Amino acid sequence: MNVVDIESGFQEKIDKDIRIEPRDWMPDHYRQTLIRQIGQHAHSEIVGMLPEGNWITRAPSLKRKVALLAKIQDEAGHGLYLYSAAETLGAERDQMVEELHSGKAKYSSIFNYPALTWADMGAIGWLVDGAAIQNQIPLCRCSYGPYGRAMVRICKEESFHQRQGYEIMLVLCQGTPVQKAMAQDALNRFWWPSLMMFGPPDAVSTHTEQSKRWGIKRFTNDELRQRFVDMIVPQAAHLGITIPDPDIKWNEETQHYDYGQINWDEFWQVVNGNGPCNKERMEARVNAWKEGAWVREAAMAYAEKHQHQSISKSQAV
Amino acid sequence: MKSWPLYEVFIRSKAGLHHKHAGSLHAADAQMAIENARDVYCRRNEGASIWVVLSADITASNPNESAELFDPAEDKIYRHPTFYHVPEGVKHL
Ligand SMILES: [Fe+2]
Ligand SMILES: [Fe+2]
Repeated sequence: MNVVDIESGFQEKIDKDIRIEPRDWMPDHYRQTLIRQIGQHAHSEIVGMLPEGNWITRAPSLKRKVALLAKIQDEAGHGLYLYSAAETLGAERDQMVEELHSGKAKYSSIFNYPALTWADMGAIGWLVDGAAIQNQIPLCRCSYGPYGRAMVRICKEESFHQRQGYEIMLVLCQGTPVQKAMAQDALNRFWWPSLMMFGPPDAVSTHTEQSKRWGIKRFTNDELRQRFVDMIVPQAAHLGITIPDPDIKWNEETQHYDYGQINWDEFWQVVNGNGPCNKERMEARVNAWKEGAWVREAAMAYAEKHQHQSISKSQAV
Repeated sequence: MKSWPLYEVFIRSKAGLHHKHAGSLHAADAQMAIENARDVYCRRNEGASIWVVLSADITASNPNESAELFDPAEDKIYRHPTFYHVPEGVKHL
């Protein structure tokens, strides 16, 4: 078989919805695209723990604290499922971490915004995890087996994240006027960055076409963004708070909510490292990695010593 | 420093079922791999038993040879009950 035959055989498998598994032949570009996307996704889960970690010690009750801890622990798990999915493609874990730290690899820009008040824990669960779910559900059917399987596991866990966030918002909205104002303020600050989580508009999105052909992406950025808006508008109405966009209105013709212009300059600023917390987030990650080095080394030294001991023991028998 | 080796994790979700591949993780040794697997793959009662094995110790069939490996079974229709004729009216067969 020549290269063209192999490539068209690969596309045929994808068109028939047959999953690609780690040791199957795949075009190099498919492999690299997945390593980049899965890596970026894994980094987002890991960095995403930071804004919420900020509130663990200040959660208003034990109930909120255990929920927040459990959610953050899930995000760590999500990062780990995804790193190991990327490793099945030949990526090295240490190199992925290194690329995050050096700024070569990206992560979701939403995590470069600060979590200023307790209401932000509500807004993040409701909006940020809500947006993540919209992105992730179609990825459960991704053509690459290990990525799809990781997403199935992740999606099962995400729904609690969104619900606990919405419940935080609900309680605040039913509380004192000051508490409700806090919820409104959190929505004001997280609304637009949440819309940006779906990535640039279709007209300028560079990877969408190829990713669709390869069965990595099932919907475009704008399609997913629209679904998100349609989901959130009635939920906000139920809370009794206002989405900070005067252009939001129901469109009878399209059967969707219209929304206003997204500030893409801000998006690119944040992606390129100039968001409010980019520096802080990376410093936290790099420090954790550096300060944990002795633990990794000690565990390895212990494991090696232990192994020598058990070898000499079994030889003695 | 060299990084921790990769382990494949298999989980039995409850007694009576097979262990099933759940994913992989890095750990310094097998004991740590089991402890990490508890936290990474069993946060919601997904497990009753865990196996871990060094990924490097797994021998896998080659996907390029799948055809040769599996096609001997393809034409053996006599291995299936539907191959055999059962007369009308005969029960429990
Ligand atoms: Fe997550
Ligand atoms: Fe989440």
